This record gives sequence, C-alpha cells and structure tokens, in this order.
Amino acid sequence: MIEIENVHKSFGALQVLKGINLTVDKGEVVSVIGGSGSGKSTLLTCINGLEPIQQGRILVDGTEVHAKSTDLNKLRRKIGIVFQQFNAFPHLTVMENVTLAPRKVKGMSKRDAEEIAVKQLSHVGLGDKLKVYPSRLSGGQQQRMAIARALAMSPDYILFDEVTSALDPQLVGEVLDTLKLLADDGMTMICVTHEMHFAREVSDRVAFFNKGVMEEIGSPKQIFESPQNEETQKFLSNVR
Amino acid sequence: MFETSLTLNDLMFMLKGAGVTLLITAFAVVGGTVMGLAFGVIRTQIKPWMAIPLTFLLDVFRSVPLLIQLILANAFQAIAGLGLSPFVTSCIVLSLYTSAYCTEIVRGAIEAVPMVTRRAARSLGMTWGQDMTQIVFPMALRVALPSWIGLTLGVMKDSALVMWLGIFELLKSSQTLITRLQEPMFILLVTGAIYFMLSFPIARLGGRLEKRWQEND
Ligand SMILES: Nc1ncnc2c1ncn2[C@@H]1O[C@H](COP(=O)(O)OP(=O)(O)OP(=O)(O)O)[C@@H](O)[C@H]1O
Ligand SMILES: [Mg+2]
Repeated sequence: MIEIENVHKSFGALQVLKGINLTVDKGEVVSVIGGSGSGKSTLLTCINGLEPIQQGRILVDGTEVHAKSTDLNKLRRKIGIVFQQFNAFPHLTVMENVTLAPRKVKGMSKRDAEEIAVKQLSHVGLGDKLKVYPSRLSGGQQQRMAIARALAMSPDYILFDEVTSALDPQLVGEVLDTLKLLADDGMTMICVTHEMHFAREVSDRVAFFNKGVMEEIGSPKQIFESPQNEETQKFLSNVR
Repeated sequence: MFETSLTLNDLMFMLKGAGVTLLITAFAVVGGTVMGLAFGVIRTQIKPWMAIPLTFLLDVFRSVPLLIQLILANAFQAIAGLGLSPFVTSCIVLSLYTSAYCTEIVRGAIEAVPMVTRRAARSLGMTWGQDMTQIVFPMALRVALPSWIGLTLGVMKDSALVMWLGIFELLKSSQTLITRLQEPMFILLVTGAIYFMLSFPIARLGGRLEKRWQEND
C-alpha cells in the first residue's frame, strides 16, 4: 500500500505540490491526469525518494520513504518507475539493460538474470532484440524495454510517467497494450497519463491534478461522466 | 646523395631521450588522470561555492606557463630542502598540470550524462557507487576520450620543457646533437619522426575505440 499524506514539495520558492493526500491499495490502478506543470511527475519522483519533500509523509508498505533511517536503495527495489523521457543505458545491449539491476542490486547470477530478462522482454514483444543496442530501437521499443527493465526487478508497485508522451501516435498503442496487460495481471500501478481512453478503460480510480492540488479523485465513470470540480470540468472539456 | 654524420650511437642517444620523454609523460598522464578523476568527481558532488578553492588552484596550474611552474617548483624544493631530483620534480609538476586539465574533462563528461539516465539507475535500487561505475563512467568515457587523448599528446610535447631543469629528454638530446653535428634540419626531422611514432599509437587507439563505440551506439 502507498500512503501519501499531506505532501508538500517545492523547488526553491516554487511550490509544486500543496498538500497531496492519496492512498493506493495493493492491486489498484490509479491514473493521474492534469495540465502541464501541475506536479504529476514530481509526485512520482517523491514516492521513490528521488526528490525530498518539505512537509507530510509518504509510506510504502508502512515504511516512511523520507525517514532518515530508511534504506532507499532497498525500498526502491519494490517500486519500479518508467520515466517520461527515454532513459535507456546507451552503452549496454537491451539484454544488459534489463539484467544489470537484478545482477548488481539483487546479486542474481548472470544466468538467472538473463532468464528473467528474456521472459520480460518477450512479454513486451522485444524477444528478438536481446543483442541490440538501444539506439537501434524505435521510441516505442525503448519505452517497452524500460518497462521490462523495471519489471525484471519484480517490483510490487510500478509508477508510469506519461510513458507515451514522447512517442509518435502510431507507437502509442503498443505501449499502452503493455500497460493494460500489467494491469490485468494485478500489478499495483500509478499511471500519469494524457491518454484519457486509457485512464478510463484501465484505472480503478482517476485523480485530477491542478497546480499542485489534487482537485478530484473518483472512479473513471465519476470523473469522466460527472466531474464535480469546476477545474476538472474545464480540463476535460479541453482535452476532448 | 644525402650525407650525414649522425651515427647509430647518436641515434641511440636520441632514443634514450625519447625513453625519458615517454617515462615522464606516462607518470604525468597516469598521475594527472588519477587526480583529475578524483577532483572531477568531487567537483560534480559538492556545491559550486565549495568548489571555489579547488577550481582556483586548478586554474592557477592551467594559466601559469608550464616553464615557470617547473622552474619555481624546482627552486622551491631546493629552498625547502626536499632533495627531490629534477626528474621527480618534473613528474610532480606535470602531473598537477595534467590533472588541472583532466579535472575539467572529467567534470564535463560526467555532467554530459543525462539526469534521467542516472535517475533510472538509482530508481532500480542501484547505489551511488553502482550508478557511477556501471552507468556514469562508461557513458562519460565515450565523451571524455577524444579530449583526454588530446591532453595526453599535448603533455607529451609540453614535457620537452623539463630540459630546463637539465633533464635529457628527446628534444634536449637532439639539441645536443645539433650543436655537435651542425645538422639542424636533418636532426629535427628525425626528432619529429620519433615524436610522431610515440604519439601515433595513442591517437590510433583513441580512433579505434571511438569507432567501436560508434558501431554500438
Ligand atoms: N528539478 C526541478 N527544479 C526546479 N523546478 C522543477 C524541477 N522539476 C520540476 N520543476 C517544476 O515543477 C513544476 C511541476 O513539474 P512536473 O514535472 O511535476 O509537472 P507535470 O505535471 O509532470 O507536467 P507535464 O505534464 O508537463 O509533465 C513545473 O513548474 C516544473 O517547472
Ligand atoms: Mg511530467
């Protein structure tokens, strides 16, 4: 379970998150929608402790992420994250990209790690690209590799940050299909997304962010069919 | 037909000088690279204002002419009674001089590694050290290599200045022969060829590595 309690985050004088409260249960898929700069990406980087917070707390399975005593490297093993921008390790093959963390972080043998990598890469449709370097992959393939890389650590949670926003429209579908498969498998996910169809189809709940505030959260039906908040209504009428 | 009084013995004398040049260069480049790596990593880790003393010191090494550094250091070690030989003094000064340039190369190359790539590594549970060794150094090496090769070749040529401390390296050896044999053109041609032969393998090595990396990424 991820518990976000009254989280405040600023970059210098710029307040980016202004008291976020959100609890995500095991097996739940929560989509986060909202305008550019509303703090969606920042929230995800706070959840796995890449960014410090100024107030409030975040608990992952009861462990406080920003507590001094928390071993972040250990905690991060169970929180996968796939970023908005491409982030392949360019000097490693697709296979090595995926096996690096299981080997170095979990101390897995090369054989065991490769077995997992083959499974995960086949799962995202890259079973035939094992020996290829990331620069030879399309954007969609790179994002799917990043998903396989995160999954190879067998995380309990996975955070997706607009994984389709840097892709050409014809590549969006293949990545979203991968996410859908994961959701069907019962993975706990927080997906920041601009794909309203996806949010509607896959999520258990949808949260709307606006200027560092979570204005509204509810079932997809509730948010998309009868949004209560004025800002949500405005945002949705613009993206439709 | 071309005539010269340069004997095989004279040539051996020059090659011995070349050995000294190579040795001093090797010490300077190894020492300078180790220090440059350390300083470069430190520079990227600490706050800008904390780096000011280090940056200032390295700027001094980069801006004061090497010849002045060599002569001052040699005089200083004599006054301080350190009893260092000119060879050791030269190696130390050239190492520091090399490290000043190398620090900038290392810092630039580390900063060229995209933030998001490093965050991806850390978010997989890798420690800072694992991120540095598995991701940052391999990626930075590709950025740094051309400048580092350039630095090495530059240091090899600059090392000729240690002759002013009385060391018989390649250039000093050839000057001695020029004075004796009065054949400046020919001897300088041979000297240049030897410098070229010392540099060529290093330059080629860089080119080979770059090509191999380019085929991958
Ligand atoms: N490292 C940083 N330093 C300073 N400001 C930052 C930093 N990261 C983000 N910001 C600022 O914080 C605000 C929120 O950024 P964030 O990336 O969380 O927005 P977002 O909701 O993900 O937007 P988008 O939909 O465009 O990705 C923005 O104004 C951004 O400029
Ligand atoms: Mg974002």
